Amino acid sequence: MINFDYVKVSSSKSAIDALNKDAAAQFIAGGTNLVDLMKRGVASPQKLIDINNLPFKNIEQINGFIRIGALALNSDVAGNELIVKKIPLLSQALNAGASPQLRNMATMGGNMMQRTRCTYFYDTTMPCNKRKPGSGCGAIKGYNRMHAIFGASDSCIAVNPSDMCVALAALDARVVVSSNKGERKIPFADFHRLPGNTPEKDNNLQRGELITAIEIPVNDSFAKNSLYVKIRDRASYAFALVSVAVVLDMNGNTIRDVRLAMGGVSHKPWRLIASEKFLKGKIASVDNFKDSAAIAMKDAKSYGFNNFKLILTPNTIVQSLKTVSGLS
Amino acid sequence: MKDKGDLHQARRKFLKQSSALTALALASPVLIKAAENNLDEKAAEYFEKQSVQIEVNGIQHDLSVEPRVTLLDLLREQLNLTGSKKGCDYGQCGACTVHVNGRRVLSCISLAIMQKGKKITTIEGLANGDTLHPMQQAFIKHDGFQCGYCTPGQIMSAVACVREGHVNSEDEIREYMSGNICRCGAYPNIVDAIKEVNEKGGKI
Repeated sequence: MINFDYVKVSSSKSAIDALNKDAAAQFIAGGTNLVDLMKRGVASPQKLIDINNLPFKNIEQINGFIRIGALALNSDVAGNELIVKKIPLLSQALNAGASPQLRNMATMGGNMMQRTRCTYFYDTTMPCNKRKPGSGCGAIKGYNRMHAIFGASDSCIAVNPSDMCVALAALDARVVVSSNKGERKIPFADFHRLPGNTPEKDNNLQRGELITAIEIPVNDSFAKNSLYVKIRDRASYAFALVSVAVVLDMNGNTIRDVRLAMGGVSHKPWRLIASEKFLKGKIASVDNFKDSAAIAMKDAKSYGFNNFKLILTPNTIVQSLKTVSGLS
Repeated sequence: MKDKGDLHQARRKFLKQSSALTALALASPVLIKAAENNLDEKAAEYFEKQSVQIEVNGIQHDLSVEPRVTLLDLLREQLNLTGSKKGCDYGQCGACTVHVNGRRVLSCISLAIMQKGKKITTIEGLANGDTLHPMQQAFIKHDGFQCGYCTPGQIMSAVACVREGHVNSEDEIREYMSGNICRCGAYPNIVDAIKEVNEKGGKI
């Protein structure tokens, strides 16, 4: 690892000022991804600004929202009573990610900022437009078993690796960020971005912005019927091949409302808006679930080694809906 | 961009060329003293190293490290606590698992400089004198290892697993031990060891 300067800050203002002062500086919280990337030479910040002393660890209900501080640990959020009771989908998704040791280190904000696990991104001897813009994409014609089937571009077919973010996308969360211009709230769907011609940008955070909290609307009906299903190569501690986050609001046998999001299939957590629209007001039945999955697959495109995802994805959508609605 | 070697050389050259006056304006008393004594090499190190006070297995240490030094390297190379193992060194295998303020983490992707004021427990800190920790005894009894390389990490994780209460079934134990890889495949015996420690109860 190349050497770097290190400073620990004790206020948002000093964190943001320190970042603005130095173009080669980066925030560090849990560091589970950043230190890994620095060891491999993929990231090489010249200064780390340690934000762990900032007061962003609370989990509290404020009016109709649960507000989670950006520095709350993944394990603390997953086991928090309020979260388990009110936002069980988030708890399930967090516990499906990484390992107990990593969840004890990783923060909410850091989880949102983690980079793709595309092997071409990690291997500095390979071309990668995300790591080195203009160098090409090794994955498109390479070994792309883990890669995207939705929203990819000719520049990049990498996927976002987070489980937590899939749940937050399904739950219509919003991200609270601070900068020296004040505070703004970003709808979760607008936080991460598709690769387009600029895959080096994972998200729409501006330079000089600091994530301070995540706010999730409380919906007791959704809390009753929520499920995170993760399909992976081994039973635990592996990134998703595909995953589905689903919440249902049921009126008897009828779907009053539904949210569906997927992981492992796109550069960002992938909301199935058209499938949701189709299911709204319909009876919970296997046929309807299959139709909604077919709608989700409309614009899917595979790249060879990930052809299996064209079958695994709709199957996982149907199975998740069956399980959460009690049909199986 | 200059590579690391170039940067080091540039820094040394800068230090050698700096007049005492420049040093006075820029540098700490330690540096000025170093420059006066022509200890340029040492002065260059002061630029990069920062102090870190940590407690390891009940003993306070006042150390100085470069920011890039991981907690694992600090434990192994500065404190000679070589029980924590370097397996993958990328946070994937769990061999480097230690407890920081009572919680299990991966020391290979933790920066030492970020552990200021924290309490670290390593495998060397588990036993009570010559009396092994119950989890260590259970691993021996159930043959919870073969080559032994992953064992310190397995045991640190296993102790945390019991303390966290994630031991209500074999499946739950396996799920909550999934961050520790054993390439000899001692998993069934590791699960048996953890089950026994949990069933015996008592404070561990």
